[in-house]
Amino acid sequence: MSMNKSAFLAPNLFSAELPLKGARDGFGDALIEAGKKDKNVVVLTGDLADSTRVAKFGEVFPDRFFEVGVAEQNMMGLAAGLALSGKVPFIASYATFSPGRNWDQLRVSVAYSGANVKVIGAHAGLSVGPDGATHQAMEDLSMVRALPGMLVMTPCDYEQSYQMTLMAAKYQGPTYIRFGREKTPAFTTKKTPFKIGQADVYREGRDLTIMACGALVYEALKAADELSSEGIEAGVINCSSIKPLDVKTLSHAAAETGAVVTVEEHQVSGGLGGAISELLGKHLPVPIEMVGMPDHFGESGQPMELLDKWGMTSKGIIQKCKLVLARKV
Amino acid sequence: MNINETALAQTANLIRQDIIKMLLAAGSGHSAGPLGMADVFTALYWEILKINPKQPWWEGRDRVVLSNGHICPVWYATLAHRGYFPVSELLSLRKLGTRLHGHPHARELPGVENSGGPLGQGLSQAIGMALAAKLDAQKWRVHALLSDGEHDEGQTWEAAMFAGKNKLHNLTAWVDRNNIQIDGFTENIMPLEPFREKYEAFGWHVLEVDGHNFQEIIAAASEAQAIYEKPTVIICHTIPGKGVDFMESDFKWHGIPPDKDQAKLALKELRSLRGRITGEHE
Repeated sequence: MSMNKSAFLAPNLFSAELPLKGARDGFGDALIEAGKKDKNVVVLTGDLADSTRVAKFGEVFPDRFFEVGVAEQNMMGLAAGLALSGKVPFIASYATFSPGRNWDQLRVSVAYSGANVKVIGAHAGLSVGPDGATHQAMEDLSMVRALPGMLVMTPCDYEQSYQMTLMAAKYQGPTYIRFGREKTPAFTTKKTPFKIGQADVYREGRDLTIMACGALVYEALKAADELSSEGIEAGVINCSSIKPLDVKTLSHAAAETGAVVTVEEHQVSGGLGGAISELLGKHLPVPIEMVGMPDHFGESGQPMELLDKWGMTSKGIIQKCKLVLARKV
Repeated sequence: MNINETALAQTANLIRQDIIKMLLAAGSGHSAGPLGMADVFTALYWEILKINPKQPWWEGRDRVVLSNGHICPVWYATLAHRGYFPVSELLSLRKLGTRLHGHPHARELPGVENSGGPLGQGLSQAIGMALAAKLDAQKWRVHALLSDGEHDEGQTWEAAMFAGKNKLHNLTAWVDRNNIQIDGFTENIMPLEPFREKYEAFGWHVLEVDGHNFQEIIAAASEAQAIYEKPTVIICHTIPGKGVDFMESDFKWHGIPPDKDQAKLALKELRSLRGRITGEHE
């Protein structure tokens, strides 16, 4: 069992030299390119231009950039109107505010109308650590995933965020993309496959499969590497599309390995863990353990301290892997 | 002004009759708002808007966004009479398989531009459309129809602030100032006055009209089009339930339909123009 070579991950995967880059920077950089490719791409932000990395778009395309102020409900509605008139609006804020504050507008003005709006939830998960629970978006995937017709995605690093943003600009339909604030290992490359609705196998497994999303995919790879030295072969799949899920790839992996651990920086109910439980419960019931927030609010602390406390690191993932193996029949 | 007020009044009357018939057939829905706005809708669709009912999604059309979706029976009846879809379809309101949902669904029915119902969401969408028109240097205008009660919603004021900041002169908002909402009179539930001054303070050009006077409604629309530095809001003073004596100005009729006897009475009153004429069918 080994790494999937056709995933083209960085060769120096676990080296200290692996650069750290922000997924939000991948988004901001790609947005400029998307804007160059399509004059209908417009960007709105709610007083968070710099930290969501859309300020540069505003400098390059000032006519297509709208500062909405701290008014996320209005921002979502504006985007609906723009989309219904042929524009491709990206709205950028923190995930706690958008879709947190404006979920009703997302539901009625955007999703029910099938409006082609791209909602960008930045600073998601525990990555705003010291700000405390109010600012830690741990519920956004659940609330957005419940809406019919939504595309819901989260990139695992800078490069995937870049590719995802370009694809979202071309995709027709309401879309949600979430990522964290912190710089994280840039472990995928330009050759790493990414397609909307596709889960990608990064490491082949035998004993169990870790299905992860966001920056924690890297922690999952580290966990699998360590487990391998103990003789346990865990597969790792990057579930960058949370909705729709890649039924084929995920069911196949569950069938092959017979046990699953889900990993996300989010509440375990309703997010990736919830989605995969629904999927496998129907198609291929196997024991599942979940890494994520166990129905609890966050608290202040450094992001790494919080991830560690709540088991969202390679150490925590390994523990859940051993638990699920013990449940395997 | 060269308008045929009698013809407009007759059209509005037919629309009101259909509203009553639709609500009776549906067995649920809102009565007061739709009847109160029938004259404004008639003026819009017969005199003000640049539209083509045979090509409902023609790129150059003026856009209408209905924010207080619950008054959609008047929108549906107006669209049908204007030729967007068969009048016979009106009686499918709120029934399984209909395109005439209890609250509007964008693009499912010709002429329906937005989804709406949960209050306060329409003005933002209208502004988004007005921004798109400006970006593409298009001349079409956006007309947002709002209720007074939904000004309790914070989003309405977020939107008003944004439109003022961006001087959206291609946007006209029409507010149905009928002074009622579900639980009572607006000034008792949550006072909106001084309403005009609020919009002025937000950078809007403000007009006030008698919402049952076609001359005033049409003149205000023209003035709004001539204002180049600001968005315009036209506060339409209307009588909720207008045209049906026992419904007029009674907030109890906000969210309920007439029963069979009440509908008969209402239709008789509308058909006879309050007893002034006798119809052949009476």
